[in-house]
Amino acid sequence: MFNWFRQRTKTKDVAKDRLRVVLMQDRLSLSHGIMEEMKDEVIMAISKYVEIDRPGIEFSWKEIDKRRALVANIPVISIKRGATSNDRVTQRSY
Amino acid sequence: MSQAIVITSGKGGVGKTTTTANLGVALALGGARVVVVDADIGLRNLDVVMGLENRIVYDLVDVVEGYCRLRQALIKDKRVDGLFLLPAAQTKDKNAVNPEQMKELIEALKEEHDFIIVDCPAGIEQGFRNAVSGADRAVIVTTPEVSAVRDADRITGLLEASGFEKPELIINRIKPRMVARGDMMDIPDIIDILAIDLLGVVPDDDYIVVSTNRGEPAVMADTSRAGEAYRNIARRIRGEEVPFLDLSEKETIWSRLRRLMRGN
Repeated sequence: MFNWFRQRTKTKDVAKDRLRVVLMQDRLSLSHGIMEEMKDEVIMAISKYVEIDRPGIEFSWKEIDKRRALVANIPVISIKRGATSNDRVTQRSY
Repeated sequence: MSQAIVITSGKGGVGKTTTTANLGVALALGGARVVVVDADIGLRNLDVVMGLENRIVYDLVDVVEGYCRLRQALIKDKRVDGLFLLPAAQTKDKNAVNPEQMKELIEALKEEHDFIIVDCPAGIEQGFRNAVSGADRAVIVTTPEVSAVRDADRITGLLEASGFEKPELIINRIKPRMVARGDMMDIPDIIDILAIDLLGVVPDDDYIVVSTNRGEPAVMADTSRAGEAYRNIARRIRGEEVPFLDLSEKETIWSRLRRLMRGN
């Protein structure tokens, strides 16, 4: 009785948020081929600079702060000598 | 130019058959020559919703297999000029027909009719592929529920992959009171999520049950809100610009109190 004036979470917003995540997953799982292609290209780019553990790579889609995020978990075996000192490789922290 | 429109949804029970029947009747009442086709082979229902179940002699599979001529299988609705039903077979299954045969059938129906409305079965298998082949336009029916919207999205993808550039959406069973208190997704919410064009919105209406009990589609009754919505959709299909029904309902202090007392 005392929570009469308390703002209730609208269940329609819950529905919308859940749908957004589920549809993102549905749509992506349908375009499996594109996902694989993208994965290959990302691996190719990264392996120019570091030696990575290919079988251990994981790509997944998550929702972070209500935005879709592609999360890549790429185990690094070793950093290639010389890669970090190359001037053309800009170092940014993400 | 005649056109064939397929009514799909993915999920069952969202109102495809009711939509097919009502749009068929509304288009025919507007003066068009219409055939409604039940493509749900093995689970026919359009005949009972239309109230024509006692007049079936031949069905869609009989036509495709050459047991009868197309005209013999068409049931003329005596209540509405220019309206015909092509019933599904009840004893066969979905594999009795293939997409090429459906396409041929639709082409043949187009010769003498302005609109061919195809009631697609639920699901995404053979029955779906049959029902969409031959259609020029695809309509997706959904309700404001998570499961129905999700399936509508899946169907949108499949329709686009089958060459339908712009599937259109009908949102069925909107409950304005639930929308007003934030417990049901609203039209803009659903459009935002699915990102497809809206063809119409049909309010939840008890009269639909009554009309199905009787076998008289709701558009035949002047007082039904759902019937009114379907009449508007039929006009939009014919290319008219018709404003959407105003379904907004403010939550009053009394309804809010009642809701709070119930504790939900």
